[in-house]
Amino acid sequence: MKYFLTSALTKGLVGQILTFIVSYGLIRNFRKTVSGWEVPAPELSGWQAPYDEPAMVLATIISLFGFLLACGVVSDWLKMMAGQKPHLKHGAQGKPEWTRYINIDVNHKVIGIQYGLNSIFILLVGGLLAILFRLELALPGLQFLQDGSQYNTLFSAHGIIMIAAIFAGVGAMTNYLGPVLIGASDMSFPRLNAFSYWVGVPSAVILLAGIFMGGWDTGWVGYPTHSTTTQMIGVQMFLLGFYLNGFSSIASGLNMVVTAVYMRAKGMSYFRMPIFVWAAVAASILQATTTQTVGVALTMVVAQRTLGMNFFTPVISPELLAAGVPAGDPILFQHIFWFYSHPAVYVWILPGLGIISELLPVFTRKPLFGYKWIALSSIGIALVGMLVWAHHMLTSSMPPAWKIPFMLSTLLVAVPTGVKFFSWLATIWEGKMRFPTPMLFVLGAISVFLLGGLSGPILGTIATDMHLHDTYFVVGHFHATIFGGFVFPFFAAIYYWFPKITGKMYDELLGKIHFWIMVPGFWVMSLLQMRVGVLGMRRRIADYGSDLGIQVEHALITVATLAIGWSILIMLYNLITSARKEELAPENPWESRSPEFLAPSPLPEFNYLAPIEVVGEPYDYGLEGATYAVVPTPAGD
Amino acid sequence: MAVAHGHDDHHHGELHNPMEPTRQEQIVMNRFGLWLFCFSEVFLFMALLAARFYLWRDPVQGALRPELEQGPALIFTCVLLVSSWFMNRAEVASANEDMKTFNQSLAMTFVMGLIFLLGVIFYEWGLGLAHPHILPTDGAFGAVFFAMTGMHAIHVITGLIFVAIVWRNGNLGHYSREDHWGVEACAIYWHYVDLVWIFFYPAIYLIGIGVHIPGH
Ligand code: HEM
Ligand SMILES: [Cu+2]
Repeated sequence: MKYFLTSALTKGLVGQILTFIVSYGLIRNFRKTVSGWEVPAPELSGWQAPYDEPAMVLATIISLFGFLLACGVVSDWLKMMAGQKPHLKHGAQGKPEWTRYINIDVNHKVIGIQYGLNSIFILLVGGLLAILFRLELALPGLQFLQDGSQYNTLFSAHGIIMIAAIFAGVGAMTNYLGPVLIGASDMSFPRLNAFSYWVGVPSAVILLAGIFMGGWDTGWVGYPTHSTTTQMIGVQMFLLGFYLNGFSSIASGLNMVVTAVYMRAKGMSYFRMPIFVWAAVAASILQATTTQTVGVALTMVVAQRTLGMNFFTPVISPELLAAGVPAGDPILFQHIFWFYSHPAVYVWILPGLGIISELLPVFTRKPLFGYKWIALSSIGIALVGMLVWAHHMLTSSMPPAWKIPFMLSTLLVAVPTGVKFFSWLATIWEGKMRFPTPMLFVLGAISVFLLGGLSGPILGTIATDMHLHDTYFVVGHFHATIFGGFVFPFFAAIYYWFPKITGKMYDELLGKIHFWIMVPGFWVMSLLQMRVGVLGMRRRIADYGSDLGIQVEHALITVATLAIGWSILIMLYNLITSARKEELAPENPWESRSPEFLAPSPLPEFNYLAPIEVVGEPYDYGLEGATYAVVPTPAGD
Repeated sequence: MAVAHGHDDHHHGELHNPMEPTRQEQIVMNRFGLWLFCFSEVFLFMALLAARFYLWRDPVQGALRPELEQGPALIFTCVLLVSSWFMNRAEVASANEDMKTFNQSLAMTFVMGLIFLLGVIFYEWGLGLAHPHILPTDGAFGAVFFAMTGMHAIHVITGLIFVAIVWRNGNLGHYSREDHWGVEACAIYWHYVDLVWIFFYPAIYLIGIGVHIPGH
């Protein structure tokens, strides 16, 4: 308790809340009494907010600094600015080991676990929301919600919360595995790494605060002109929370790229890097670049709401109109937003696809088929992925002549994605397969991602998208891609590296039960979502007519959702009880050739006791006498 | 050269990383990281430019721009560009351990950057002017104008803070022939912010047909 109260987490939260209250009060008072200046309320809505919206926005931004200063993640940088030379602090600083996870710690493994715990926690919150509105949708008519607006706030919160969970999960995998797999002791910029994690905490607080302030009903995309005029003031918290999380993405993306370029072990040429690292680098390039544009889009909405700057409303005063001054345009938002948010979906899946390619050879005892092609396909997906954004706008008022190139570029993404699939098939082909839980999840991931991948080009084709846009088909599509590309591989990674992280083995039977509930559950959910979509069920709607003939499907989707939820609880039970076991896991339970399994578990503070050296190809499973890495073993053992 | 290794500042019982990068290795990574950051920010400024070209146009006439006074904007622009030259001079001076030129040049950089910043805020934005040339609420003109100049101004402010820190640390004797990474980083950043303005200035003030904003 004492350690908890004095932790960076507690200090940061207290700092954030205090700065918020103080600055809100000051700004509110200043605006009211001193300056007498009132910012015009959002145009087109003659409605008075329950809070002083501009003051709230400013106070929220200031509260971020409150958190960062109070938790201490920037103190080393401040010292450097003041001319001191603080050195990196390693280890638990004399406190119990577990306190490292609630304090500022620069070790990439600690940060990876912090991200991972965060991710699972947020995943549970988002999942709970999903279960709520799935119960609502199980039957036609309204069950327990009062109106559509309540429903809107539920799915809006679900969407962005899950996205936060995914980013945290991606952060967990890249941070924990990245440096370990390339034989480094840490990331290139350990302090920046800690900053990336900690800046995500106050932004999660801001998002959650938005829910408690009544939520927002704009969906995760926050399209204007709805987001610029909605009376649900939580939308500001959503925009700011989303925006501030972007800092985390940009910083960790930069860090991973630099790390992979400069921190590789001796002998590890680019084409001997573990395939996961290639995928993580591809995702990091996207994170470090395109995130900037969504920042612009979100800032613009905030600016339009608070300062009356007209970016997105096609309405303008008659005087300005007569003079020929242009008005805003909501389509602009969609362009800037999707220029990020389409690549973002690749950020979510590329690391996961990397995990699939990383684990398949271990469990088929065969070399990875077409290593170079897979490595390059990750980069290819990332680059082509920057050119497809407007496939989310095929039914918008964008000029038709622009839609064709976007359709073509969208279909082009299927090529590098297909490369991965064929490589996985060829790797499995005639392999001596083993089926422990991680392998099951890898195979489940492939099967589910196939569903998502096949539905993508159908949506990317203009003619079919006219019918399918904004239906449950889209919902089915992206849940399949996200589960196949992120959730299943993430779980595979958790099971696979669990003995490495904790030194204990998870319970195989419970793992298998988890798998055999979750995969069929997911197939039912996703396929039926696609089916009701094709039959005319629109997305983002609280109710549907019983004449659509889709009640059975909806009821089944809800049952499947519940099954998935329970299976995840089984996993958590498994992980928690297994971590507390006495019995130690075998050193290399999977007979992996990867360097981390040649080092002790849990890994030492700096991963390897001395620099490792790479002397061969990474995935030569089954080849007599092939070695990948030479790892120094602890002396005296 | 004052690198942490040299000092005995490792407290008792604290862990030491046997594979910690040397200062020189770290500088190489820092440099790459900073260039990547600049590249990342390209996307930020591109998005603003995209907004400008998307919104400031007329279906018939093509590109538009608000009619703003040309003279002062050109002067402020020149001041900012010349400041880059002084920044470069400061960097060379710190590599040569020539403190006098270092101090002079940094001071010039700072002053010129400050003139640019004040020019933007008090003249172009018209804070304090009785009749500002343009307001944030003037349709897409106002919105994008303030977004572009505002985003750039934030970067100039960070740059000024950076210059001030480098000046102080320089005078504390933290930079040497081998290790003046702080100055180099500041210079890269400062040049970068200037470079952005080279794209922003014509986009705001020169390209397109001028439209007079009523009421100003
Ligand atoms: C073969 C590759 C893919 C293609 C061709 C594709 C195509 C599309 C298209 C055309 C849409 C817009 C549908 C509409 O709103 O009418 C869409 C939506 C979406 N896709 Fe994909 N997609 C692909 C892969 C992925 C992947 C890998 C993800 C990863 C998570 C993903 C996530 C999403 C999401 C989240 C949406 C919905 C966004 C929203 O409106 O809320 N897609 N996809
Ligand atoms: Cu997309």
